Amino acid sequence: MTDTHTCLTAKDFTSNQEPKWCPGCGDFSVLQQLKAAMADLCLKTEEVVVVSGIGCSSRLPYYINTYGVHGIHGRAMAMASGLKAARPDLSVWVGTGDGDALSIGGNHYIHTVRRNLDLNVVLFNNEIYGLTKGQYSPTSKVGLRTVTSPSGVVDHPINTIALTLGAGGTFVARVMDRDGKMMKEIFKRAHAHKGTSIVEIYQNCPIFNDGAFGPFTDKERKADTTLFLEQGQPLVFGANGSKGIRLDGFKPTVIDLEKSGVSKEDLWIHDENDLIKANILSRFFDDPNTTEAFLPRPFGIFYVEDRFTYEQALDAQIDKAQEKGEGTLEELLAGPSTWTIN
Amino acid sequence: MSDTAILNKNDMVISKTSVSVLFAGDSGDGMQLTGTQFANTVAVYGSDLNTFPNFPSEIRPPAGTVAGVSGFQLQFGTTGVYTPGAKFDVMIAMNAAALKANLNNLHHGGIIIADSEGFDAKNLNLSGYGEANNPLEDGTLNDYTVFKIPVISLTRKALADTGLSIKIIDRCKNMFVLGVLYWLYSLPLETTIETLQSKFKNKQDIADANIKAVKAGYNFGDETEMFSQHGRFCVAPAQKKGGVYRRVTGNEASAIGLAAAAKKAGLKLFLGSYPITPASEILQTLAGLKKWGVKTFQAEDEIAGVLTSIGAAYGGALAATNTSGPGLALKTEGMGLAVILEIPLVIINVMRGGPSTGLPTKPEQSDLLMAMYGRHGEAPMPVIAAMSPVDCFYAAYEAAKIAVEYMTPVLCLTDGYLALSSEPMLVPSPDELASITPVFSPERKADDPPYLPYKRDERCVRPWGIPGTPGLEHRIGGLEKQHETGNVSHDPENHALMTRLRAEKVANVADIIPDLTLDNGPEKGDLLVLGWGSTYGAIKKAVEQAREGGLDVAHAHLRYINPFPKNLGAMLGNYKKVLIPENNCGQLLSMIRDKFLIEPVGFSKVQGLPFNEMEIEAKITDILKEL
Repeated sequence: MTDTHTCLTAKDFTSNQEPKWCPGCGDFSVLQQLKAAMADLCLKTEEVVVVSGIGCSSRLPYYINTYGVHGIHGRAMAMASGLKAARPDLSVWVGTGDGDALSIGGNHYIHTVRRNLDLNVVLFNNEIYGLTKGQYSPTSKVGLRTVTSPSGVVDHPINTIALTLGAGGTFVARVMDRDGKMMKEIFKRAHAHKGTSIVEIYQNCPIFNDGAFGPFTDKERKADTTLFLEQGQPLVFGANGSKGIRLDGFKPTVIDLEKSGVSKEDLWIHDENDLIKANILSRFFDDPNTTEAFLPRPFGIFYVEDRFTYEQALDAQIDKAQEKGEGTLEELLAGPSTWTIN
Repeated sequence: MSDTAILNKNDMVISKTSVSVLFAGDSGDGMQLTGTQFANTVAVYGSDLNTFPNFPSEIRPPAGTVAGVSGFQLQFGTTGVYTPGAKFDVMIAMNAAALKANLNNLHHGGIIIADSEGFDAKNLNLSGYGEANNPLEDGTLNDYTVFKIPVISLTRKALADTGLSIKIIDRCKNMFVLGVLYWLYSLPLETTIETLQSKFKNKQDIADANIKAVKAGYNFGDETEMFSQHGRFCVAPAQKKGGVYRRVTGNEASAIGLAAAAKKAGLKLFLGSYPITPASEILQTLAGLKKWGVKTFQAEDEIAGVLTSIGAAYGGALAATNTSGPGLALKTEGMGLAVILEIPLVIINVMRGGPSTGLPTKPEQSDLLMAMYGRHGEAPMPVIAAMSPVDCFYAAYEAAKIAVEYMTPVLCLTDGYLALSSEPMLVPSPDELASITPVFSPERKADDPPYLPYKRDERCVRPWGIPGTPGLEHRIGGLEKQHETGNVSHDPENHALMTRLRAEKVANVADIIPDLTLDNGPEKGDLLVLGWGSTYGAIKKAVEQAREGGLDVAHAHLRYINPFPKNLGAMLGNYKKVLIPENNCGQLLSMIRDKFLIEPVGFSKVQGLPFNEMEIEAKITDILKEL
């Protein structure tokens, strides 16, 4: 994006529609960072399409002054895939939620991820159905009491990162809604990545699931419960970086750096191109509220893989078929074999 | 049918106007290939032609059993060939099971050419006749003309000096039979020889062996005494319009129709699709048209099939999806989205027997009301039905034209019968195809008035503003939209207005569709047979025959079902009775009754089988008797 046009500002990406989210909703932060990232990336409003499904977060396209389609529940990934396959020149972003992407749209999610179209997917995970007023979602924790689980949820929740890696994801990241700066940087990396980028956002729903991510945001606890991934850096967390993760075989172990005498160089060094390690990291999924010896929850970029995109491969096949020129309408109508009657 | 006997020096040649032939054998006997060869020969010879394959739904059913019988039916002739034929005049039975499975559809007195070596004890047992009951010997076939030919022995003898293995020689037996049939119908061998040369151009010995087998079969006809008392036949070429022809199945024609529409419109074709019987060949054909820039996307399910297409249409492609009943059910929510987004989309639904999985390989016309009304909310869309394999081309093409020029999804109905049947198609020149004119909104400058994505023209059609165009940035979606701006609106009056405008737009399509014309018969009279879709051939033949018998009956066939042609109501009023034959329980009938407040006579057939002309002619006769 280095051509000569003057880059737009985040404000230029603001549409004339007033967001209709609840006060305090985590969605506002995502909207703001997304517009800021688009401005930083020097995107033009006409080359961007934001596609969404149904749900609170899927209102996203209305609030961004680009092209946008608000589709039907669960199908954002499919619609975006068709658009990108037909128009590889566009920058296509998908706004979707845990219900939209992982429940009703779960099938499209898996297949979009494995096809690796160059889409940037912003997956708002609030572990609840907000728009339909508070039913549990496929990412809700076991035991959560909601209007449809008055005795507590009994479904085992989806681990988004593990699912995405399992489906063959090539860009897999997680970020907290309130970590605006990190979110913007991850959006920019997602855009730079050629392939389907999945950015899971832990997004607080202040109305129906307030504090769902409290263990990772509470001031007193977050140092011990969260782990921020940085490429080439050791996995260090805890107050003042007092703890680290070491990999003993395939088993991640929490090391007390102050007491154990283990140096940071001996810790697990994050390598976002290592699929095996990304898979292990994705299993850092303990609930600090219910697990005594929990591993911290990782945030940042888990995994990046450089793989051909669907639309590149499709276009390459078409180019090859057209090596000796595009077929004409006459040839199409006549087909491979004809005869003549006088 | 006036048959003329001409005595030649050696044999009697009987002239026929049309003949229906069934090639039947085990799945492994190459019957589809043999039938196709015969079809190509008569097509090039200049006959009218219609073919229909009939193969088992299992991929590898047990050999030698009735379940494993594969058939290829065709009718060719000088005139009056509109279907593969209700019953066959000639049956090639490569084994006992093939005979057993098809004998009830052979005309009494018809010809059976049987490979007598396919009636050995093993085959008789597998077929269910039992080894003690060989129908070729026990008088079962006394009403028919039976030619028993030891095909394998004769083929082996003919190819003995080729040096090929017995296994390969035995595979040529179908070519021997084909040669016999060419002799019997006085047809040239050249087309088949050319095809074999080109098909096996890298395996000359195989090509030679097959060619030798065809010639041996032909010479056998000349030399054997077997045929001398019956004579051979001659079917004169049809008086066809001169020009270049190709042979197409309905599914191929649908695919080419879409691709041609995209070319003509200057758009890229995108097909999002999921494999389903009997619609998959549309996806398969288009997947092979990359040279024409066609993009196909085999989606993870039917829903993604339609949604990827909607995404592509939003991006400015000519987008289509194809399916059959169960898939259409899954696509309905997506089709509703296309209705409210008001973007072009063609949905080709190849109907099959339902409900649920129903009869996947058998045709039915039972999705008409779903096509019309099977969406939640008020969601009208144009519906077109193809009436012949070739017409699948024009129906798909016109569906694309309407979709693009009216910014609407269009449903194009075909069925399993049309999809797999083939006939010769006079190749149109590009100039003969109707223009298709997409209108993209132009770039908007900063001080131009705001872009209004839902500002309609006098036909109620909104503009197509596609991503990448500066100044047209806008957001649309499945929520109700404000008139003109396209912004979300829950205003009651606005919803009423938008509902009315969307319906009016679809109704306005009637302005560009032609008036319904009579296919046959008087403009006023006792009885009009009103058909739609694949019943065309059977109704046409039935009405021709009834009129030859002096009955006062006319035939009109609907292609445009929503909206109806403007003159339909007036036409219906010109007859004392209207008969509507349908492969469903009366779906068009209820639409006609609903719209025109008349009481047509229904004629329903839901057996997973197309109508035959005899059934319809009998019904015509019955109705006219009662008048």
